[in-house]
Parts: sequence; structure tokens; C-alpha cells
Amino acid sequence: MFGTFDRASAQRGWQVYEEVCHACHGLRFVAFRNLHALGFSTEQVEAIASRFEVQAGPNDEGEMFMTPAKAASHIPSPFANDQAARVANNGALPPDLSLITQARVGAADYVYAILTHYRDPAPEGFNLNSGMFYNEYFPGHQIGMPPPLSDDRVTYLDGTKATVSQMAHDVTTFLTWAAEPNMEQRKQLGITVLLFLIVLTGFLYALKRQIWSDVEH
Amino acid sequence: MASHSPYEWKNPTVAWIDRRLPIFSMARADLVDYPTPKNLNYWWNFGSLAGIVLVIMIATGIFLAMQYTPHASLAFESVERIMRDVNYGWLMRYLHMNGASMFFIVVYIHIFRGLYYGSYKAPREILWIIGVFILLAMMATGFMGYVLPWGQMSFWGATVITNLFSAFPLVGSDIVTWLWGGFSVDNPTLNRFFALHYLLPFILFGLVFVHLWALHTVKSNNPLGIDVKGPQDTLPFTPYYTAKDMFGLGVFLIFYLFFVFFQPNFFGEPDNFIKANPLVTPAHIVPEWYFLPFYAILRAITFDLFWGLVPAKLLGVLAMFAAVLILALLPWLDRSPVRSARFRPIFKWVFWLFLANCLLLGYVGARPPEGINVYLGQAATAVYFLFFLVVLPLLSFIERPRPLPTSISTAVTPAGVGVSARGVAE
Ligand code: HEC
Ligand code: HEM
Repeated sequence: MFGTFDRASAQRGWQVYEEVCHACHGLRFVAFRNLHALGFSTEQVEAIASRFEVQAGPNDEGEMFMTPAKAASHIPSPFANDQAARVANNGALPPDLSLITQARVGAADYVYAILTHYRDPAPEGFNLNSGMFYNEYFPGHQIGMPPPLSDDRVTYLDGTKATVSQMAHDVTTFLTWAAEPNMEQRKQLGITVLLFLIVLTGFLYALKRQIWSDVEH
Repeated sequence: MASHSPYEWKNPTVAWIDRRLPIFSMARADLVDYPTPKNLNYWWNFGSLAGIVLVIMIATGIFLAMQYTPHASLAFESVERIMRDVNYGWLMRYLHMNGASMFFIVVYIHIFRGLYYGSYKAPREILWIIGVFILLAMMATGFMGYVLPWGQMSFWGATVITNLFSAFPLVGSDIVTWLWGGFSVDNPTLNRFFALHYLLPFILFGLVFVHLWALHTVKSNNPLGIDVKGPQDTLPFTPYYTAKDMFGLGVFLIFYLFFVFFQPNFFGEPDNFIKANPLVTPAHIVPEWYFLPFYAILRAITFDLFWGLVPAKLLGVLAMFAAVLILALLPWLDRSPVRSARFRPIFKWVFWLFLANCLLLGYVGARPPEGINVYLGQAATAVYFLFFLVVLPLLSFIERPRPLPTSISTAVTPAGVGVSARGVAE
């Protein structure tokens, strides 16, 4: 409840997002500059941004062109539009992940569970449509997302062993931050405000008692 | 508000202004000297709390409106911008979102207080009826406000509720098209809801002013429900009740801000974090919690009347509106001359049963309308209306009220005498 984000885990989570999830999922409400909050330095943020391309223009010839992203750019979505995303994903639409932990009952735990509870082959007798995957947590159990994680899918720079559950944990930490980057500030301010109010209310109670002390009521 | 005795103001500027426009005398009469029964309990704090919440809602709402874009393709994005990029935008938004829930908690308590202590009875009928109008205006404001972030629940809630009007015969679908400004909930709907959502709180403010005007004309009821007999029964509002209201405000703010800072989405729906999509219907469309009892009444009617002439949907809509409006008739449905439930042995029980029944309706409203829930909802709806139309009118004949104390001061003073020196205004 007095939560702070585990910076190291969130940084690793960003790596998982960048190297795995970004192939299919956008993160349109997050700008590269926001990544500072995870403990990345200015140079690191700029380096990260330059690995992505965003559309700019028009130039002198009136053409739009692609250029490396800047720190101020928002993270570009992998597909030009929903239709293109569906075509590339066998008809299923990979949702933007900016708010995913808040947009599902069960929040971060749900996202973690989805990532870690694939089952192959599907249970006996389950009628799995072609191009679909069996997932114990997804409503209806048929999900259009192929299992995105497998052991050592990424190589962590800090030497952490990249098991499926480790990566799922890290990317969920990252996505929880992405859904509400102000969460730490909110809780810290909240503690100050509530402590102040509790003391103030104590005084107000004493004041009320004092004022009412001469009344029978 | 109330008529004022002319005060002597020492400050010449104040005196000059007051002779021309008696705002200082008015403030003095209504905020300082207002003679208040000395035995009010903490349930009487909720009126002033509601007033403060209204001010908080207007203040935070104006800041939100400065950053919000009322357009179907930008509203969701502009709200996220407020949450992420606007300085303290998240605070304004969470205060406003949770403030709406707090407003209803406070006002529902305020209404049940009135019910328990018979505050709707003569001479407070108009005060009470203005209260019902306030409730209606609040509901309209809350409903339209929820549409503005343009999430999935915003969109589908708006679609379901506006579609209710199609139940009216002949003109129904024309009304709906007119409300929408098109053939579905879309940008024109969002635009007008924003305009009205900005307007209604100021109408509420006006209604609250009239509410207080009526209150200060007929004066406050009290937990004993008996009339004030003289100055020995009252205290000047300031400092006694100002101090008590300030303390109540402190407690309330702790409760309210706990949600704002630590559980800001407790009253929300995950589906509203998904941008409105007319092509994808959420599995369960539920309104905000404060509409749930009325939603349950709406869905309780599953049968046509008069061989289909009055279809179930229309009946449900009528029942839902009747459930609110019937409150306005309360002063005439309850004929008992005794106000406070303290002296009404049967009514006291009936009151708690009615409250429990309202909670049950809220529970049913949140569930999918299947199986046992349908019957629960129908039974609770029947109980709701029976309370007003049968139980209350009958009760005034069969109930034998307990004897009333002769006055407030005899009831609260152990020896029956001894009036506080400062217990009288001026
Ligand atoms: C190959 C493309 C692809 C990759 C890579 C991918 N996803 Fe998905 N994801 C999808 C598709 C397609 C869906 C929609 C599934 C559906 O609706 O059946 C989806 C859905 C989801 C959902 C929503 C499930 C729900 O409740 O609707 C989450 C959460 C999610 N992905 C997280 C991730 C994360 C985290 C990663 C990176 C570790 C990732 N995805 C990588 C294609 C992908
Ligand atoms: C915006 C919402 C409202 C505000 C700001 C408000 C404000 C107030 C205030 C400040 C008081 C005096 C303090 C008190 O008795 O608690 C009061 C009294 C009262 N209100 Fe409200 N009110 C609101 C809504 C309502 C509603 C919805 C109803 C009923 C349907 C209602 C019915 C009454 C009654 C009957 C009294 C007199 C109570 C008594 O003296 O016992 N009010 N209101």
C-alpha cells in the first residue's frame, strides 16, 4: 500500500517489453522521457528512443518520412492501425498495454497469470480453434496471443536469470508503472496529507469539546 | 435568507455597505446567530458536508475542464493526459471521481437521517421536496459526468440509460434520437453531456441556496423531533455548530482522501480504462454504485401489463422514476404526528428494514439479472413501494407513539432545569 516500484525489476520489464511485447503491442500513453522515472539516465533514454522510428514531416518535398524517435516522442505502435494488427495476428487484436493492468479485473496479477499459464497441448477434449492457444486464465481459455515468453527469451544485462516467471514478473511491474506513473507520488503525498489531517482533526475535536464544555446537551 | 434584525456594525465601511446591501447582516444572521437546537447529533453534520463536497466538486471540475477535450476521438486521450502530464492533474481527477461517490454517500446518509427523524414533516415539506430535486439534479450530473472520460462503461452506460426513453409509446425512439443528437451515442451526445455537466452543478448550487433558505425559515428539526420552545432550547450556530461541523469535516476528509490517495479506483470499473468502442459490448454493463438500487428496480419489471399495452420495459422505466419521485410525497404518506423514530416503536423497525431493503436492491443491481437475483429484485422492489404506499399510511393509525418530552431542554438536562448562560443568542 505504501508501494514504491522496484526500479531494477521495472527496468528489466522495459527490456522485456521492448524486445518481446513491442512486436505486437503499443504503449501509446508512455513517452520515452517518462522512462527517467524508472532510473534510466538521460543518455540511456536517448539511446532507447533512437532504437525506435517515428513518422515525421512533411519535408520540403511534401513527403512524410521516418526518423529516429526523440526522448519526447511517445512510444510508437507496432502497427499502422487496428486492421493491420489483426491481419498480422490471425484476426486477434493485441490491445495497447498502457492501461492494461487497470483495465482488467485482477490488475497486475491477472496479467502475470496470463503470461505464465499457457498449456500446450490443451486439455483432453478441449476444442481449440486453429491459430489459438490454450490459456488457463484467459476468459474462455482460447487466446489469440502465442505464448510470448520462454526461458532465456531475453538476456538481462544485470545477470538476472530470465525464467518465464521472472520475465512475467518484471514486465508486469513495468506495466503497472506505465498504467499509473504517478502512483509513488500519490501515495507519498497521501501519507503526508493523512497524517496532517489526523493531527488537525484531533485538535478540532479538542476545540469542539472545549467550546461545548459549558452546555448540557 | 431569514429576515434580519439590523445589526450595529462598528467598522464604517462595513456599516456603509450593510445599509445598502445587508450581506454582513445576512451572514451574521445565518452563519453566526442562527438559533440551532442544542441537541443535534452527528447525523446533522451531513448537510454541511454535502455543501462542502459540492464546492470541492465545482472547484476540481473547473480545473479538469481546462484540460479536458469533449470530443469522441480525443476525450479518453485528454483524460490520460490529465492523469500523466498535467501537474497534479491526477489529484484533481481522483478528487473529482471519488468526490462524486462521497457526495452520494453523504447525501444518502442525509436523506436517511431525514427519514429517521421525520424531518420531512410539517413545516419542512418544501425543504424536503427541494431536497428531492437536489437528488434528481445530482443524479443527472453524476450520470453525465461518468460519460465524459469516454471509456467502455461511459459509452455503454450512456447507451443503455438513454435507450430507456425508447420505451415510451409513439414518441420513444424520436426522443432517443433527439437526446443523442444522432442515431447512436456519439460525438454530439458527448458534447451536450459536457455542456450540461458543467451547467448542472451551478443549478445545484442554486437549489442548495433555496434549500437553506427554507431551512432557515422553518429552522432545524432535532433528534427528539419536537419543536423548539424557546431560547433555552437552542444554541447560536457559531461557535457551537461551526466547531462541530469543522470536526466532522476533518473526519470526513480523512475518509475521502484515504480513497483518493490509496484506493482511487475503488468505486470505478476496469472496463472504463478501455476506450469506448461501439463494436464491442462489455459482458456486464453496470452503472455507478449509487444508481444500483434504482437500476435493480428498473430491471425488476419483467412482465407486460394490460395484455402488452404497457410493455415491461416501459413499466420498468416508470417504476425507476417513481422510486425517486415518491420521496416527494413522503410528507403526505406518513400521517403520524410524531416526527422522531425514537418515539415510534414500530416505525423504528420499519425504518431499518427499509434501509436493509435499499441495500439489498443495490446488491441485486450489481448482479447479472439471472436466477435468484430476478426474484430478489422483484421482492425488494415490491417492499420498496409497499413501504411508502401501504406501511407508512397504515402505521399512523396502528402505532401508539411513546410519550414525547415536554421540551428539548428538559429532555437533555438531568435535573430538568439549569439553562446554560451562553445558550441564548446575543
Ligand atoms: C505475436 C504477437 C504478440 C506478442 C509478442 C505479445 N502479444 Fe500479447 N497479445 C497478442 C494478441 C493477438 C492479443 C489478443 C488476444 C485475444 O484477444 O485473443 C494479446 C493480448 C494480450 C493481453 C490481454 C489479454 C486480455 O485479457 O485481453 C495482455 C495482457 C498481453 N497480450 C500481454 C503481453 C505481454 C506482456 C507481452 C510481452 C511479454 C505480449 N503480450 C506479447 C499478441 C502478442
Ligand atoms: C447537494 C445536496 C444537499 C446539500 C448541500 C444539503 C444541505 C443541507 C444543509 C447544510 C442542511 C442543514 C444541516 C443538516 O440538517 O444536516 C440541510 C438540511 C436538510 N436537508 Fe439537505 N442538502 C442536500 C440534499 C438533500 C436531499 C437530497 C434531501 C432529501 C431528499 C435533503 C433534505 C433535507 C432536510 C429535510 C433538511 C432539514 C433537516 C433537519 O432540520 O432535520 N437534503 N441540507
